Amino acid sequence: MTNQGFPAAARRDLADSQLRRNIANATSTIRAKRAKVVAELPDWQQLRDAGAAIKARALATLPEQLERLERSVTDAGGNVHWARDGAEANAIVAEIARDRGRRELIKVKSLATDEIGMNEALEAHGIHAIETDLAELIVQLSDDRPSHILVPAIHRNRAEIRALFERTIAEGRTLSEEPEALAEEARRYLRDRFLSVPLAVSGANFGVAETGTVCVVESEGNGRFCITLPETLVTVMGIEKVLPEWRDLEVMLQLLPRSSTGERMNPYTSPWTGVREGDGPREFHLILLDAGRTDVLADEVGRQALRCIRCSACLNVCPVYSRTGGHAYESVYPGPIGAILTPQLQGLDQAPTLPWASSLCGACYEVCPVKIDIPQVLVHLRGRAVREGAAGGAGERRLFGLLARVFNSRRLYEGAQRAARLGRGPLMRLPFGPLSGWTEMRDLPEPPAQSFRDWWRARP
Amino acid sequence: MSDAREAVLARVRQALGPSPTVPEVPREYRVAAAGDPGGAVERFCERVAEYRATVTRAERGEVEGALARICRERGTRRAVLAPGAPWRLDGVETVADDALSPGDLDLLDAVVTGCALAIAETGTIVLDGSPRCGRRAITLVPDHHLCVVGAQQVVAGVPEAIAVLHEAATARRPITLVSGPSATSDIELRRVEGVHGPRVLDVIVEG
Repeated sequence: MTNQGFPAAARRDLADSQLRRNIANATSTIRAKRAKVVAELPDWQQLRDAGAAIKARALATLPEQLERLERSVTDAGGNVHWARDGAEANAIVAEIARDRGRRELIKVKSLATDEIGMNEALEAHGIHAIETDLAELIVQLSDDRPSHILVPAIHRNRAEIRALFERTIAEGRTLSEEPEALAEEARRYLRDRFLSVPLAVSGANFGVAETGTVCVVESEGNGRFCITLPETLVTVMGIEKVLPEWRDLEVMLQLLPRSSTGERMNPYTSPWTGVREGDGPREFHLILLDAGRTDVLADEVGRQALRCIRCSACLNVCPVYSRTGGHAYESVYPGPIGAILTPQLQGLDQAPTLPWASSLCGACYEVCPVKIDIPQVLVHLRGRAVREGAAGGAGERRLFGLLARVFNSRRLYEGAQRAARLGRGPLMRLPFGPLSGWTEMRDLPEPPAQSFRDWWRARP
Repeated sequence: MSDAREAVLARVRQALGPSPTVPEVPREYRVAAAGDPGGAVERFCERVAEYRATVTRAERGEVEGALARICRERGTRRAVLAPGAPWRLDGVETVADDALSPGDLDLLDAVVTGCALAIAETGTIVLDGSPRCGRRAITLVPDHHLCVVGAQQVVAGVPEAIAVLHEAATARRPITLVSGPSATSDIELRRVEGVHGPRVLDVIVEG
């Protein structure tokens, strides 16, 4: 699917009233749940301050932390691999599968592997990746794309999911559309695979440099199956996911569940350290993935986007996201965080319209558990996009150049004031031209009949 | 592969420049447990129940009776017991975890374990791979988990728990934090208890 840019994609999705209902319902529900559990903690702001500083510190000392993590994972019996880009990471996974004669693997939901298109890359090697998170399974079975970080099938309702399951996994049986029955069907379908497939791929929420512990946070138990029963486990972790100290988890495990699902704690959190004889996989591989993250790190304003812990609180509060839904962002990372992460990871020329996919209202910053100043980064990226010519913007540059000349010269400025007065009334709405869209929704301020300067000169 | 390692590290160093500012971490959030162990136990029971797990209070020494009663009510016939769990299960065929395969575990009705500790504020039980908790597969595959929590094992909040678990992490024991039965909200955000992990969680609080 080729990208058409946010404005066009948003217009397309806004026309889908079912989608808008699903998204509005979902985002308002999670918003309320989050607000309730966040209000319970008297020290929420202190936790946010700590969370922001922990991640900023990890990024500022990243070379040291990555080397520490590599050492401690290796000491604990794991293997550490490095990947400059998605293709390298996918090749490592394919090689691990091929060397062990595996044509199939089970996968726990991972944004990093979605980002690098791992499933498609493996398919090209004849290796089939089975998504085990319920929503990811729904997305995979319908050959669709995720539309939300936390609930990727948020755009589908129960009737659509029932029809999908009957078409794909129900083996001819008729299903009820009750969520309980649909979840039961997913359990039935995946159970045998959990018990028998000997290779699994996961992402990582956190990787602790001090102890070599990798942590997956989830709800359904599919993550526990993937990291526990297979003989071989491969974890793909973006380099920005490292935490320096074990103790840092005491902050993150409070911030993440409350911001994400609006729970005091999600059902299952699994921190494991390397390989343990008699408990879990016999072989553990950790792939440390760059894939554009160092480009983000090089931008002093934009690098704060790497603090993101993928909670999706910013999506649910965003007045833009909660109307357009996730697909309009044309990226694995939708919503406000996507609007600053995608253009930085892929290059501004790949997603030049995303920094404008926001009203700059600031709600995303208010809820961000690691205090990413998303509006600040949006404005910064808009500036970069215009300066680098990625956003077109030649007309805008000329316009502002002209304004600068007018404001610099008394003669031109007073001339412009006189010209503006001539246009009073009939020109309040611009009937055509590049700015007509702007005045469609807004009134131009009416110039006064007499300017201050004229009044000053004319006073007796 | 070492090419990639050097390349990524070099890119990181270049991106950061020669002397990046390293912020201190302000830790002004609540850490010290307020000395109210009784209150913590009450709060733990209340919050576990909110996840739709079932909480049973048992006097010291009456855990076996509580376990037997729950198993009777749920129709449990065969259960695996964590190797270090000191309780006898009356009326239930007990299977030792002698490297049971996932398929073997799938045929059992229930698993009985202790825990490493429990967190009051979040209603969480924590398993740490010690003999009382068993290896991870036994608390994952059977559909019903009975977990015995000693009142003295309940800590107030997440920071206290993470401090205690540092030992398990450095000893490379795998840790699982369990907050209620497995659940999904993936369909219209309607919470459904019980997807892949145990669908029934019974927490027995002793003392």
